[in-house]
Amino acid sequence: MSELNGKSVLITGGSRGLGKALALQLAAKGAKVAIVARQKAELEEVVAEIKWNGGTAFGIVADVGDKESIYPIAGQAAALAGPVDVLINNASTLGPVPLRLLTDTDCEDFERALQVNTIGAFRLMKAVAGSMMIRQSGLVINISSDAAVEAYPTWGVYGASKAALDHLTRTAAAELGGAGIRVFSVDPGEMATRMHAEAMPDADPSSLQSPETVAEKIVLMIESANRVENGSRLIAANWTETAKEVA
Amino acid sequence: MKAARTPRENKQSVKLLVAESGQLQNSAMAQLPEHLRAGDLLVVNDAATLPASLRGRDEHNRPVEIRLASQLNERTWQAVIFGEGDWRTPTEHRPVPPRLKAGEEIIFAQDFNAVVVKESPLSNRLLDLEFNHSGEALWSGIYRYGKPVQYSYMTEELNLWSVQNVYGGRPWAVEMPSAGHALNWSLLLKLREAGIQIATLTHGAGLSATGDEQIDRALPLPERFEVPPTTMATVLRTKAAGNRVIAIGTSVVRALESVLLGLNGFTTLKIGPEHRLQFVDGLLTGTHDVSESHYQLLRAFLPEEELREISLHLEEHNYLTHEFGDACLILTAPDKLNPKVRAFPR
Repeated sequence: MSELNGKSVLITGGSRGLGKALALQLAAKGAKVAIVARQKAELEEVVAEIKWNGGTAFGIVADVGDKESIYPIAGQAAALAGPVDVLINNASTLGPVPLRLLTDTDCEDFERALQVNTIGAFRLMKAVAGSMMIRQSGLVINISSDAAVEAYPTWGVYGASKAALDHLTRTAAAELGGAGIRVFSVDPGEMATRMHAEAMPDADPSSLQSPETVAEKIVLMIESANRVENGSRLIAANWTETAKEVA
Repeated sequence: MKAARTPRENKQSVKLLVAESGQLQNSAMAQLPEHLRAGDLLVVNDAATLPASLRGRDEHNRPVEIRLASQLNERTWQAVIFGEGDWRTPTEHRPVPPRLKAGEEIIFAQDFNAVVVKESPLSNRLLDLEFNHSGEALWSGIYRYGKPVQYSYMTEELNLWSVQNVYGGRPWAVEMPSAGHALNWSLLLKLREAGIQIATLTHGAGLSATGDEQIDRALPLPERFEVPPTTMATVLRTKAAGNRVIAIGTSVVRALESVLLGLNGFTTLKIGPEHRLQFVDGLLTGTHDVSESHYQLLRAFLPEEELREISLHLEEHNYLTHEFGDACLILTAPDKLNPKVRAFPR
């Protein structure tokens, strides 16, 4: 039986793409999954699919970029699925598409990207990490991007928000490691998702990984999190059973 | 004592009065580790605070506020009803609410309402309410339409984030388990480094005052609690080693002293001067006035004269009181293991 069985998992941006694939696969491993998304109808479909498969899932309609939503998200997740064992900060926004040069970017659009991708993830971590620390056990996964490391033209706002998230991840691991909390960021690589299509409409989807394949790798990472150095930035494409053994 | 009228930004500046072996000592929260010994065990209540105050209208369109007290089953909560007006009026001066009979409805929003199941024999303001939702939809309604219970002495309305302790998990508390408000992680990690153990339990801390004499006299109402077996084992180990078990807040005392009834459930235990403490040797608590129900519980720790001395000292040294007030650490000598505790299954 997976060590995820019975665990309470909170995942943001869980109604589409990688978030949805993770929610489905974690629930299939027996986790109780609380899923956050802004669109109620899409969210309900994912919850229904998990229940149909015999899993346990709860939908929470909220925007992680809204400060007022954070404690309601944490509270509802803990009330329904139990104290959160695993937090996956997956929700993110590209900002306006088509993507544009930094010098053509409105400051407000940069602020909004930070509110969702960086500060929203930070707020949620702050709201649930204390309960993990008191129990001396917990895992936080922040979904990052290749754009956090490489400087791709027009990806500046998104990349900067994810680079900040990577650094928060490292610092949180340094601060909380002694309290039994593990914090990672994961670069999922390029996936055939709606978000990717919005950012790069000309990309050939068949050349991209499916979110389901990437989710499988992240689930493996979660199951072997105790063997990975705390604060690591993990690259999903390099993650195999072999990598797990050497990590 | 004066009330603290805003949440404390600098938690470490919260004043701490330490009462040990008949001696009183002025200190500060930041110095807490110095008053404890390696091997001592702090037990916290990790209940998060839910937004328990809901405003609605009855079937005759009269405004009411209800404050959730505790969840009885999937759809049903025990709740106290208040009349019109808001938190700026002290609860005892709020107008009397309409008397609602079984079957009458309270409407909070278009698709969020509750029906009165029955009123309590204790007071016709204490109601069992059945909501039109359960599970996700019920919790979503509570978080969407509810606000934290407010206090008339505060200068501004409290946000949900202001009434959380830093280690909150499941939202079982309808008011903040306030003894924990002055703890932050920098202090908690310092305590752990000093060899002081920290364990957790969950206790659905209830309403502190309702302005209804019958209800207030009966406080605390039955409250839901859960003590993890690992916490109980740590408590027993700590006591067997002659170290002290220190409750962070009166709700932790109530939960721990209830475990002879079982590790979880609803507790009706009332702790007063007659109660012989089985598990708890010390208490970190707010500064309570003699009139509060919490003060009754302090009588289990110290004789009346010492409590009176503490009250005078707090007053004289300008300690602040209520939810965001200053703190008091009461330490008693650890009893030899009580025979009843010895019998507790390990």
